[in-house]
Amino acid sequence: MTSRVREIIIKNLFAFLAFISVLLLGLIVMFLFREGLPIFSQVSLKQFLFGTGWYPTYTPPEYGIRPLIVGSLIVTVLASLVAVPFGLLTAIYISEIAPARIKEILKSVIELLAGLPSVVLGFFGMVVLAPWMQETFDLPTGLNIVNTSLMLAVMAIPTISSISEDALYAVPRDFKEASYALGATKYETIVKVVVPAALSGISTAVILGMSRAIGETMVVLMVAGGAAAIPQGLFDSVRPMPASIAAEMGEAPFGSGHYHALFATGIVLFIITLAFNLFADYISNRFKEEGSGTL
Amino acid sequence: MKKHDRVSFMKWRYLRQSLFFGSVRLSALIIALALLGIVAFLIAHGYRAITWDFLTLPPTDSMTRGGIMPAIIGTFYLTIGAIAIALPLGVVSAVYLAEYAKQGRFIRIIRIGVNCLAGVPSVVFGLFGLGFFVVFLKFGSSILAGSLTLGILILPTIIGAAEEALKAVPQTFREASLALGVSKWRTISRIVLPSALPGVLTGAILGVGRAAGETAPIMFTAAAFFTAVLPQSIFDEVMALPYHIYVLATAGTHIEQTRPLQYGTALVLIALVLGIDLIAIVLRSAVRRKKRW
Repeated sequence: MTSRVREIIIKNLFAFLAFISVLLLGLIVMFLFREGLPIFSQVSLKQFLFGTGWYPTYTPPEYGIRPLIVGSLIVTVLASLVAVPFGLLTAIYISEIAPARIKEILKSVIELLAGLPSVVLGFFGMVVLAPWMQETFDLPTGLNIVNTSLMLAVMAIPTISSISEDALYAVPRDFKEASYALGATKYETIVKVVVPAALSGISTAVILGMSRAIGETMVVLMVAGGAAAIPQGLFDSVRPMPASIAAEMGEAPFGSGHYHALFATGIVLFIITLAFNLFADYISNRFKEEGSGTL
Repeated sequence: MKKHDRVSFMKWRYLRQSLFFGSVRLSALIIALALLGIVAFLIAHGYRAITWDFLTLPPTDSMTRGGIMPAIIGTFYLTIGAIAIALPLGVVSAVYLAEYAKQGRFIRIIRIGVNCLAGVPSVVFGLFGLGFFVVFLKFGSSILAGSLTLGILILPTIIGAAEEALKAVPQTFREASLALGVSKWRTISRIVLPSALPGVLTGAILGVGRAAGETAPIMFTAAAFFTAVLPQSIFDEVMALPYHIYVLATAGTHIEQTRPLQYGTALVLIALVLGIDLIAIVLRSAVRRKKRW
């Protein structure tokens, strides 16, 4: 009997401890809102989101984060344009074409790339890519959208590649064999059978990769140049949301409008990435690959 | 279709395939070269800075000379703290998800929670750590606040790795134990967890690597620009390697002059992080090869 009781206690204790992740997510939301919402006594939600002036230290201050949102979106979209083809093609290579040895090595390479600290990538973009870009293209600054997007792509590629590879690998063998039996080449089988069958997993991979890019901080902080204005060209500097938060939080006096505005920017960033993640979760559940029966 | 057309069509199909395979190989090659290039570049520029003094002395002359010892120690403390928090919680969560939970709404909510936690941007963890640990719980900017923030950040990684390791343990192990009349908890603690240990360990090591390299979560919760003395308690601020790189590269008045120090610090950090990751990768493949079941 005591053993029965102990089993029940352990089960419920573990259930509670597992639930802590959800509680933590709730706490994150609560404290972001607690510190972020006070800004809306000074500025309306519309002015905050769509205002074009980010001058938090002026008197009177202006708290319009549209330039920051635009900056975040541009570098994320551009990074995806680079990272999606590279990530997907590499995933196809690993899953469908590479010999076993190369496959193992390449998987390790991608894992190491994923582990590369973002501050190191930011540093690399700053001291290597930026000066080179500035000189080669005769630009006022090498710290710009293109440079940032390239560095962000490096961060997003491992995510896209490894999740896509899992999805491609999970495509049942029969599909491929049926396609070969019909006389299709390997290329035709990959493009017309394997990739479409893995499409939900690949979409999840792309969304999570973009989510990683938009939330990435050190790269945009060090490489994006920091201009809080809506960019006119691809070689302009921008100040994406994470960069603004990271750069200014140290100087914003505790409890000031600036402090609250940075937390509110954090809320916007959090909501965007949360939406990305929930969407990815929805897709991977809704279109689960469950073998031949589901197609 | 004429015979000639059919032949050229077949040729086209194989040409198309070769082109595709070529571009697929090329993209894999470029990615491998990107990693290699970055690492090689940092080694080439950083190795001269790495001396015994660099690793064992504190910075001097307003951080334009000297070493990075306090930053190494700080990163060590923060990482140990993070894993001490995340490992027990993560393993217990994984045990619940893999061994106890039945499909249903509760487990679905936990899974969504873990997935969403994994997707929270690192700077948002920093904001949360500032709002909750530093300000609300009054820990101040400290090792404690930074470790807790990093611990939460790596929690989903640990849960994911531990769950995968638990699921790889054959069902027959559990059944054999249960059939002998052993209780579920004893089965898990004596049979399942020991079998899953190497996999759990791999996840823990990867978590350590991740925690050691993160900057944004510790910027407002733990990291100091410069500390004259080493931390005396968990309520002290610390220097940390990633933050030190950022500070030297952006905030100093002698950015060009301290370039060698920056390269040196970056090299130490990637050697540390990639070394840790490599240990995890090697350990995992060794375990897979040796698996008795």
